[in-house]
Amino acid sequence: MKAQLVTDIQKYSIHDGEGIRTTIFFKGCPLSCVWCHNPETQEYRQQFMWNQEKCTGCGECAAACPGGAVFMEGPRPVTDPEKCSVCHTCEEYCLQNAREFAGREYTVEELVREALKDQPFYEQSHGGVTLSGGEVLARDKEFLEQLMRGLTERGIRVNVDTCGYVPWENIESVIPYTDTFLYDIKLMDSGLHEKMTGAGNERILDNLVKLSKSGAAVWIRIPVVGGVNDTDRNMKETLDFLDAHSIGQKWIHLLPYHNTGSGKYSRLGQEYRGRDFTTPSKERMQELLDMCLKRGFQARIGG
Amino acid sequence: MERGMNERIRRLRRESLETEAHIDMERAKIETEVYRRYEGTVSVPELRALVLKHYFAEKTLYIGEGELLVGEKGNGPQAAPTFPELCCHTVQDLHVMNDRELISFKVREEDYGFQEKEMISFWERRSIRHRILEKMTPEWKKAYRCGIFTEFMEQRGPGHTVGSENIYKRGLLDYKEKIREALGHLDYSRDPEALDKENELRAMDIACDAVILLGKRYHDYALKLAQKEENPVRREELLQIAENCKVVPAHKPETYWQALQMYWFVHLAVTSELNPWDAYSPGRLDQHLISFYRHDVKEGILNREQAKELLECLWVKFNNQPAPPKVGITLKESGTYTDFANINTGGVTPEGHDGVNEVSYLILECMDEMKLLQPSSNVQISKKTPQEFLIKACEISRKGWGQPAFYNTESIIQQLLNAGKSIADARKGGTSGCVETGAFGNEAYILTGYFNLPKILEITLHNGYDPAAGEPLGLALGKAEDFKSYEELFEAYKKQILYFLDIKMRGNHVIEGIYARYMPVPLLSVITNDCIAKGKDYNAGGARYNTNYLQGVGIGTITDSLAAIKYNVFDKQKFTMSELMQALNDNFEGHGRIWNLVSNKTPKYGNDDDYADDIMKDVFSFYYESVTGRPNMKGGKYRINMLPTTCHVYFGEVMMASPNGRLAHKPVSEGISPEKGADVHGPTAVVKSCSKMDHLNTGGTLLNQKFTPQVVSGENGLIQMANLVRTYFNLDGHHIQFNVIDRQTLLDAQARPEEYKDLIVRVAGYSDHFRNLSKALQDEIIDRTEQSFG
Repeated sequence: MKAQLVTDIQKYSIHDGEGIRTTIFFKGCPLSCVWCHNPETQEYRQQFMWNQEKCTGCGECAAACPGGAVFMEGPRPVTDPEKCSVCHTCEEYCLQNAREFAGREYTVEELVREALKDQPFYEQSHGGVTLSGGEVLARDKEFLEQLMRGLTERGIRVNVDTCGYVPWENIESVIPYTDTFLYDIKLMDSGLHEKMTGAGNERILDNLVKLSKSGAAVWIRIPVVGGVNDTDRNMKETLDFLDAHSIGQKWIHLLPYHNTGSGKYSRLGQEYRGRDFTTPSKERMQELLDMCLKRGFQARIGG
Repeated sequence: MERGMNERIRRLRRESLETEAHIDMERAKIETEVYRRYEGTVSVPELRALVLKHYFAEKTLYIGEGELLVGEKGNGPQAAPTFPELCCHTVQDLHVMNDRELISFKVREEDYGFQEKEMISFWERRSIRHRILEKMTPEWKKAYRCGIFTEFMEQRGPGHTVGSENIYKRGLLDYKEKIREALGHLDYSRDPEALDKENELRAMDIACDAVILLGKRYHDYALKLAQKEENPVRREELLQIAENCKVVPAHKPETYWQALQMYWFVHLAVTSELNPWDAYSPGRLDQHLISFYRHDVKEGILNREQAKELLECLWVKFNNQPAPPKVGITLKESGTYTDFANINTGGVTPEGHDGVNEVSYLILECMDEMKLLQPSSNVQISKKTPQEFLIKACEISRKGWGQPAFYNTESIIQQLLNAGKSIADARKGGTSGCVETGAFGNEAYILTGYFNLPKILEITLHNGYDPAAGEPLGLALGKAEDFKSYEELFEAYKKQILYFLDIKMRGNHVIEGIYARYMPVPLLSVITNDCIAKGKDYNAGGARYNTNYLQGVGIGTITDSLAAIKYNVFDKQKFTMSELMQALNDNFEGHGRIWNLVSNKTPKYGNDDDYADDIMKDVFSFYYESVTGRPNMKGGKYRINMLPTTCHVYFGEVMMASPNGRLAHKPVSEGISPEKGADVHGPTAVVKSCSKMDHLNTGGTLLNQKFTPQVVSGENGLIQMANLVRTYFNLDGHHIQFNVIDRQTLLDAQARPEEYKDLIVRVAGYSDHFRNLSKALQDEIIDRTEQSFG
């Protein structure tokens, strides 16, 4: 069974469900949201990241590269992905920590071992592991089942943080192991959804209805992006939908957008397309929260 | 904003903070007269008791406006009496303390001459410090000078003493009765030590008289002030103070107010008799006060507000006593006023029930409201501690000035049981000083020195030579390049540790002997269980339990240094030992790759990574096994602590670059916290790494966890902070404290200290004003890993 790429394992994560949790970020996502603050988790392959701000152009990386994959163009090191064997030698020589590789392969055993390290905290705080990404449910199904069985058999409660844009079978297969689904709803207008995330929202909403009917615990998470989905209309349509299908009575989390991830785009050699987005004001967040509360949902701002 | 619950407290607090610390020669003057008059004609214990008696008979009294508890160690708030019998200040020392900007002590003009003519001539060769240094071997002096270890007893007396419930159950007249009985039981025909015991017991009796006399003088003085007082409310208060001083300390206290006054008289007596390390602490104050509190409330003579006001008065009293200034280099380098009194709240009762009571909450409120450096306040958290109490403590702690610190009751009890104490004595115990475990009222547990674990690796890698001092210092066991394996290196390191330990232990034994012979403490012996029954002084093994501690410093630095060598030189062969030695000698300049590898690409302690943590365990175990169980001179044993106070800064200054990437003269890691910046996986990983150390085999460990405010903000942040504490304690962790401050705030405070006069940070086992810390210590705190998530 193939090991899977993980970009980060974040401990003492206290905003992705109940208690103290370990959140595992898998690499690769079927959506490509314009505002994504973890762009390094979008592609399903290891990626080289170069931090231009930190780089002094000293040339040590180029001199050290045993495969000749790194060469200087003036003060700027260029890395040829075809030649790079990901041997990490250049990282050793980069004193500015300007060079890193996003994504490291983990086997099920390795992930279970890592997750078990914080078990005393989960037990004390009713926490557990949150599988996130990227899109965790876009993994190899066998890998995922083994991972989740490995965790739950050891008494660890697992949350799944998903965008919902995956085949229903992928969701269905993890329901028995999942404590709570953290399920993103971004936009009710499918056309706009496609423009902003690369896909329409039909499958996402369809899966959500099925998931809810299955009896699974679902927390709805709405990333509120100023200038995209912070309108009364989108909020109303979202709540209408949830109401109509009796979804998300437990919790809605409104997550205000921050552009904290924008610096990562240039490190990946990509352009950030979300420059026009804004962080909604506190007042605006409160208004949206009030809309949820008035309709009888439990809701809060933040994870 | 001015702090304190009402106008009275705000004024007293303001006076305590605004009064300049100053040297007070009265005690030294009276002591010298006593020595001139009696030395050689009475036994040494009696001579010491007479010093206390004459001081308390003649000293300046002080009752400040609005005070409800009375008594000062010197002539008023912020007075610092000197103790020339321990260490005698040079005139130069007086100039240093008077002239310097930080932590200055004002010296009156006439006192320079007085010190030179009257004090130095008499005390210079009599002082304990002189006697100690005279008896130390050249090897000891060299290791001491090079910063292998420090010595606690060359400037202050054996200490870390904490009171028990006894003084609330017995007055000093009752103690005198016990002393009389003990004298009656002396058997000269069978006991060859009978004469020594008689001398000691007679001295104890004189010491009791001394404190009773002080109480009587305060009674008379309060009465006199009452007669002159025009304000009828204040007159009533003064009359009540007089009444209190009529009861205590001669008799046991009858009310809550008298109980606090009783403690304060005893505190003054212990800290005037000698200058013991960490002054004196009430210990389990909420346990001691609760019966008085409930009784008085029931009788209708006390309400909750009054009870808190009296506590706040006690807080002011503690804060009025600056730590007595030191001499020589220590004076120059010492950056703290704080006297380390440490109050324990919570825990369990002697019967093992939850110890949190109404007074525990009052103490939390008091510490929060007063926000003073002294007394340092902590909470003991047991499995039985209600969540409400823990959350309340977390709420105060996350405000970011380091109090309260959190201690694990079960860990304390198991440490004490492991050291042979009874379960009841263990449950009455707690921590004092920074984090040191003791059986309160029953134990002399003496810190003897800090031990520089990373420095000894430096000596080992240089074949016994000290590269910082530029001289041979330790055993020559081979050059770094000659070690063929990591195991060979570690064996050599262990030999080197033993070599220096033996030097330190030899010195300790001599020093203990000097104190037992020349510097008994009869008053402290009266109130410490079993000294009267044994007829033996606290400093000679009179206490029920006698423990000496040796504190290991720099476990993070030594672990990461050994890991750096094992991983890069032997396992991965990233560079050779001689390349590493060259890099160390060059302070890593021109060795960027090596520095990068050891700093950023090597397993490090604090990340829940067994590669590094196993090395920590090896070092800890060896240190533990080498120290623990060695006999001390008082019939007890040696044990270890893992705490630095501020010594990790000094221990770093005497070192060149270390293999973990730490640059020359930078601080080593503090407590059992990871090396700065080494922990990159958050607080749970830190806690897990730290819990791999065998805390129960120590007498205390110190873990400092710094948070930026956002991590602990909101209801959820608070709950998870509490869960972090509980989990660490489930894993047998001994102590954790939090600094919740963002880096920018600290940088601003460093740039503009005048705007941040209020900023208090947790330094080690205590808090201090940030502006009073040296630049190096400030930098160190700024650089401590900030945990910021989400």
